[in-house]
Amino acid sequence: MVDRVGAAVIRLFAPAGAFALFAARALVRPFAPPYEGGEILRHLFQFGLRSTPLIATSGLAIGVVLSMHTRASLERFGAESMIPAGLAIALIRETGPLTAALLVAGRVGAGIGAELGAMRVTEQIDALEANAVDAFHFLVSTRVVACALAMPLLTILMDFAGMLGGYLAEAVASGMSWRLYFDRSFTFVSYADLLPATLKTAVFGFLIAVVASYLGFNTTGGTEGVGDASTRSVVLSSILIILSDVILVRMIFFFYPQVVG
Amino acid sequence: MTPAIRLEHLTKAFDGRRVLDDVTLDVSPGSAFCLLGRSGTGKSVTLRHIVGLVMPDEGRVLVDGEDIGALRPWQLARVRKRMGFLFQNAALFDSMTVGENVAFPLRRHTTLSETDIQARVMAKLDAVGLARDAHKMPSELSGGMRKRVGLARAMALDPAILLVDEPGAGLDPITTREIDDLLVAQKAAGVTLVVVTHNIPSARVIADDMALLHEGRVVARGSVAEMDASADPLVQAFMRSEAGG
Repeated sequence: MVDRVGAAVIRLFAPAGAFALFAARALVRPFAPPYEGGEILRHLFQFGLRSTPLIATSGLAIGVVLSMHTRASLERFGAESMIPAGLAIALIRETGPLTAALLVAGRVGAGIGAELGAMRVTEQIDALEANAVDAFHFLVSTRVVACALAMPLLTILMDFAGMLGGYLAEAVASGMSWRLYFDRSFTFVSYADLLPATLKTAVFGFLIAVVASYLGFNTTGGTEGVGDASTRSVVLSSILIILSDVILVRMIFFFYPQVVG
Repeated sequence: MTPAIRLEHLTKAFDGRRVLDDVTLDVSPGSAFCLLGRSGTGKSVTLRHIVGLVMPDEGRVLVDGEDIGALRPWQLARVRKRMGFLFQNAALFDSMTVGENVAFPLRRHTTLSETDIQARVMAKLDAVGLARDAHKMPSELSGGMRKRVGLARAMALDPAILLVDEPGAGLDPITTREIDDLLVAQKAAGVTLVVVTHNIPSARVIADDMALLHEGRVVARGSVAEMDASADPLVQAFMRSEAGG
């Protein structure tokens, strides 16, 4: 009986343990040579530059929508002049980072899961090892570093595109000039709003790449397994982004109390 | 003389099913060894043990006297650089061109200039008859061409040991013969060959020595002549299956 319970507990927690070890290795391994700068740059281009149309378009649309909602809310209190600042704070603190991360989880996470999964089932990962290359370092570390670096940059783009969308909506609704809009936007925004909220997305980038790499690296079952790894990469990394955001926001409030006020 | 490869009491099970059962084999330096057997008898798993892609449950794998299972990762990498491995399905890197696939080990492990690397790549591709296909992607190649590119990549670092998994599987007889000839040329150049196959005509061309694996155990071992003369019905059945492939 005890043996069966023990075996069941091990079965339940073994995957979590394996993932934790994989994530810990992904956190440490990039700091050891060879540093694979070329591969990191290649992934930065793939994850970062190629995500810019998606992030910019989405940011613009979100800015427009947020602006419309903010206007509808603040109009009731006669506080239309606060629309730019309200939108900027909402966008920079939470909406921009979280939306950018979820979009990247969909685009990049699915891609990493599928690519590494396909490499696993076609023995390309084994071929790397047989060629005396540390496949984990070459495939996983480089993607993790690139994704963690790309995420804050994409978040800044998302914030900027959102502000632009907000301005466009406001310009149509009230004819506000862009100079006045951006002056009012940054009246209440400080570095304490921008820096931690943007930098926390490096953690989101890490989670996206680690989850997708783990699932891709451990793919079994041929093409069906590849599809499964891709789908699960998006689902699992999205959940982890949202859960980790709760902790990260709590930490930001602790280290930057002025953000709460 | 220290064997180039020595398998000592190798035992391996997957999901409770024993795939290798107390396999002991020696391969002399510069010789060609063919591991024969029906599909699913553990031939490829044996090959993957030699390069350290699979670690044994019991027993040891020694390459030039070094215990693969006892090596640190960087030591294992050093041993792997002395080996070339042709996978059954070639396992080409599908994001790279044919030329980049062959150049990959050279770029990783040598300090050659790009000009020298390109010269070496073209020489290796020429040896497998694909010098004009260096710019193609793996997806544009036939099965036989992929296999030949895989062989060119395995030979890129001029390894002392070449491990080849089913060189003729799925190939036409002419391409199979061309690959056999390439492997014989490698043997003549002093390379130690370990070839997994169930193609007896190929094995006859390539091998100095061979062993028959059946249900994870070595049931016969010897030269081609000794295997032909074996009274074991299983060996006889196998050695007479000339159609192979």
